[in-house]
Amino acid sequence: MQSLTMREAYAQALVALGERNPNVVVLDADVSKSTRSTLFAERFPERFFNVGIAEGNMMNIAGGLAASGKIPFVNTFSFLLTLRAGEQLRTGVAYPRLNVKVAGAYCGLSDSFDGPTHQDPMDIAVTRAMPNMVVISVCDAVQAKKVVLAAAKYDGPVYFRLNRNAVPVLWREEDPFEIGKAVWHARGRDVTIVATGIMVARALQAREMLAAEGISAGVLEVHTIKPIDVDALVEAAKECGAIVTAEEHNIIGGLGGAVAEVLGEHVPVPMERVGIRDVFAESGNYDELLVKYGMCPSAVAEAARKVLRRK
Amino acid sequence: MVFQKIECTNKLAELAQKVRIDVLEMVYGAQSGHLGGSFSAAEILVTLYYNRLNVDPENPSWPDRDRFVLAKGHAAPALYVVLAGLGFFPREELASLRQTGCILQGHPDMRKTPGVEMSTGSLGQGLSTAVGMALAAQLDGKDYRVWVLLGDGELNEGQVWEAAAFAAGRGLSNLTAIVDYNKVQLDGPTVEVLPMEPVADKWRAFGWHVVEADGHCVKDLLRAYDEAVAYNGGPTVILAHTVKGKGVSFMEGQAAWHGAAPNAQQYEQAMKELRRDLECSR
Ligand SMILES: Cc1ncc(C[n+]2csc(CCOP(=O)(O)OP(=O)(O)O)c2C)c(N)n1
Ligand SMILES: [Mg+2]
Repeated sequence: MQSLTMREAYAQALVALGERNPNVVVLDADVSKSTRSTLFAERFPERFFNVGIAEGNMMNIAGGLAASGKIPFVNTFSFLLTLRAGEQLRTGVAYPRLNVKVAGAYCGLSDSFDGPTHQDPMDIAVTRAMPNMVVISVCDAVQAKKVVLAAAKYDGPVYFRLNRNAVPVLWREEDPFEIGKAVWHARGRDVTIVATGIMVARALQAREMLAAEGISAGVLEVHTIKPIDVDALVEAAKECGAIVTAEEHNIIGGLGGAVAEVLGEHVPVPMERVGIRDVFAESGNYDELLVKYGMCPSAVAEAARKVLRRK
Repeated sequence: MVFQKIECTNKLAELAQKVRIDVLEMVYGAQSGHLGGSFSAAEILVTLYYNRLNVDPENPSWPDRDRFVLAKGHAAPALYVVLAGLGFFPREELASLRQTGCILQGHPDMRKTPGVEMSTGSLGQGLSTAVGMALAAQLDGKDYRVWVLLGDGELNEGQVWEAAAFAAGRGLSNLTAIVDYNKVQLDGPTVEVLPMEPVADKWRAFGWHVVEADGHCVKDLLRAYDEAVAYNGGPTVILAHTVKGKGVSFMEGQAAWHGAAPNAQQYEQAMKELRRDLECSR
């Protein structure tokens, strides 16, 4: 099932939310056709603000709107939200704990052909270090809708990263989404793969590869990188005694970093990290890049074999 | 309704001078804080809060209140004195400026200090924030106004001009920016650090209505506010000509007194001058 792109699903959910909640406002910085916030703009022109190519300005305008009772959703590419406007996000949104929702479009390598200037392997690391921030990594189009609702319901700053492309759908409409609550997709005896975003589907594929070799791997989805679900991670580590993390992000500072912090303090067990290995990638076909930069299912399976040897 | 509204210009001028005295006391006590930019903004803050802003110290989050954003957040001491004077929090708090556990942070914190509308201190952000507030007022069909005070050095930040373009494009007549036009920033005179002249023309070119005023003359400031409020064709900026460190001879116009704390002798001298001027103004 590869129907809807994640961004299209997100934008549809935003319109649906706008229908119900008149306080929802949407901002974009001249990429609304890319982020698809244009759907909201068409439906609610009076509640949509295109600020032009001025990301820092956009972030603080959102802060001012939130301070006056609005629920702003701020849109542009994730690297611009977290780096160009990162200081405005930190000082003008996170610090005053304002009710701003930051929708990081084109996360990871998903803007593949545009190359490293537009790809973003570090948004989780940046936002995770900001006190007061909730950080969510979305895995599919169905979940994207749920994240929009959960973020709107939550009172405070939320950053969520969205993929540009159509990705396999794992979530069903009836699955409950709760900020901060990890989700078991499968249990395993030998190793647990802790995955986020598009790597959840790939972890499930790796699980099948491993099963064929007689290795029992669980898959735990950590969609909320912060606050992270410590209990679920501790349970996984205790159950299997070995952990692999899988994310479409630098292995430094993202999910892998967050999980290592938890394990180190609670249950030190062998762990391997799958993700972008601290390099800038390149232009190219998305699937090819995911293979080349080590985020294909076989890379996840290989990391599992490796961690089992360390057990 | 303006809380404790004062019409008498002599009284307003006196209050501004008292703000300087309190600020000196606070910064000397803490041995930390910004005197120069607090002194230059004294009349601006006093005229706004005692004559113009609809705010209610009993109910700081009253939805229909006017908003004031101190974009140049380092002038926090002056803002704190004014807010305490109106009763947003007890005056005794003033002595705790910048101390561990206090409600008066080095720069304004909207979550810690009643009456503070936005956490500021990172220059260049405040005008954008004020734009957001003005947009919210429009969306809600409310007639509160948004005021924001910027430093002239702060105008170096490109984001100020992003916000200026946007505010004019949206025709935000409910927004008034005031520039504390004291011609000095941190490292030196603005003309030496980064020349921004002609400042008035820049704002005009960005689509703003420009009003110039003597930022230490309360009467002239009130006239400028009237003009800003009366103008309905878009946002107004008031270029308030001021003197950094105003009121203390050895601080006036000196970048060295941007963020320095006085020693005992300097404090005595400064206090003497401020008190003397207060007596003369009575
Ligand atoms: C973005 C940012 N850069 C640097 C500083 C450090 N800083 C604090 S005040 C100041 C000078 C401000 O000059 P101006 O805007 O003219 O203020 P005033 O003269 O009214 O004090 C600087 C550079 C800061 N607070 N924020
Ligand atoms: Mg200045």
